[in-house]
Amino acid sequence: MKKKLKKYKFDFPVIIAFALFIAGSYLFKYNPGISIFQDNFWTFLKEMILALPVMFILVGLFDVWVSKERVQKHIGNASGIKGIILIILLAFLQAGPLYAAFPVAYILWKKGTSARNIFIYLSAVSIAKIPMLTFEIGFLGIKFSLLRIFISIPIFIIIGTIMGKYFTKNKCEINNG
Amino acid sequence: MIQIIIILTAILTLISFIFDKKKTIKGIKKGTMMFLKILPTLLSVIILVSVVLYFVSDEVLMEYLGKDAGLGAYLSAAIIGSVSIIPGFIAYPLAGILLKTGVSFSVLSVFITTLKMVGILTIPIEAKFFGLKIAIIRNAFSFIGAILVGGSMALIYYYL
Repeated sequence: MKKKLKKYKFDFPVIIAFALFIAGSYLFKYNPGISIFQDNFWTFLKEMILALPVMFILVGLFDVWVSKERVQKHIGNASGIKGIILIILLAFLQAGPLYAAFPVAYILWKKGTSARNIFIYLSAVSIAKIPMLTFEIGFLGIKFSLLRIFISIPIFIIIGTIMGKYFTKNKCEINNG
Repeated sequence: MIQIIIILTAILTLISFIFDKKKTIKGIKKGTMMFLKILPTLLSVIILVSVVLYFVSDEVLMEYLGKDAGLGAYLSAAIIGSVSIIPGFIAYPLAGILLKTGVSFSVLSVFITTLKMVGILTIPIEAKFFGLKIAIIRNAFSFIGAILVGGSMALIYYYL
């Protein structure tokens, strides 16, 4: 129990302080506090409560059903360009915020995905999820979106390759949160 | 979109359950445990983001990214974009408004790319999975990458 609490030594004080601040804000009708809670916190919480548990259940099911050999073959160390294309497609289909992609990265890594592909995956998730793209095109136009994506792809493949090399060289690991 | 994913997950879970009850329960348990483990960190990050976003209001953005802001607008765009995490369904309508108030496409491209690629405030979550060092290095690289993307787009928009 003590060890567990230590793991969250920054998180619990933040949560408790925020809870007190919000309770106080409502009690004394302090508008900035109410606005932070209603407009910001509540919006994020709703997004998270919907997207994340679903993501985690998918990750759990993926874990028990998909074999390591299969993952390794398609997006593992020897997967080459085909692996890069596959991992980018997987990323583009995803929904939810970037932090929902970390558990997916963990399970992909555990199943034998190459480090390079893990980092390409993280960048790809952050730049172009198809659900968000429709939004972007609506507000900023298709030229903006296409330019952004086509310029981004080579750059994040380079970043992924560098990060993958560093990761492997330093024998880094990905933990389950 | 999220509704589709929820329905899809429900269907997949059901199919999985029909094929193998034990495996499915094991999978769901694993997923739930992972979620609960990360929940406190997630909550504290969301709290920090909510507070930071309060200070980055639409008016502040217009002032710092607007057409009178000059080269500083690019710098502000990169800094604000890196620090904030704004979900797409808020960020894009906001970008649309900024565009109408005279913020240029070039500045917006720097803002949107850093916003999407760099998450300084989510480093605590990332560090739980990857370790602090990797999380920082990855975000640093993403920042450089985002500047390159935003910069190239800015040039294209400036000259075309």
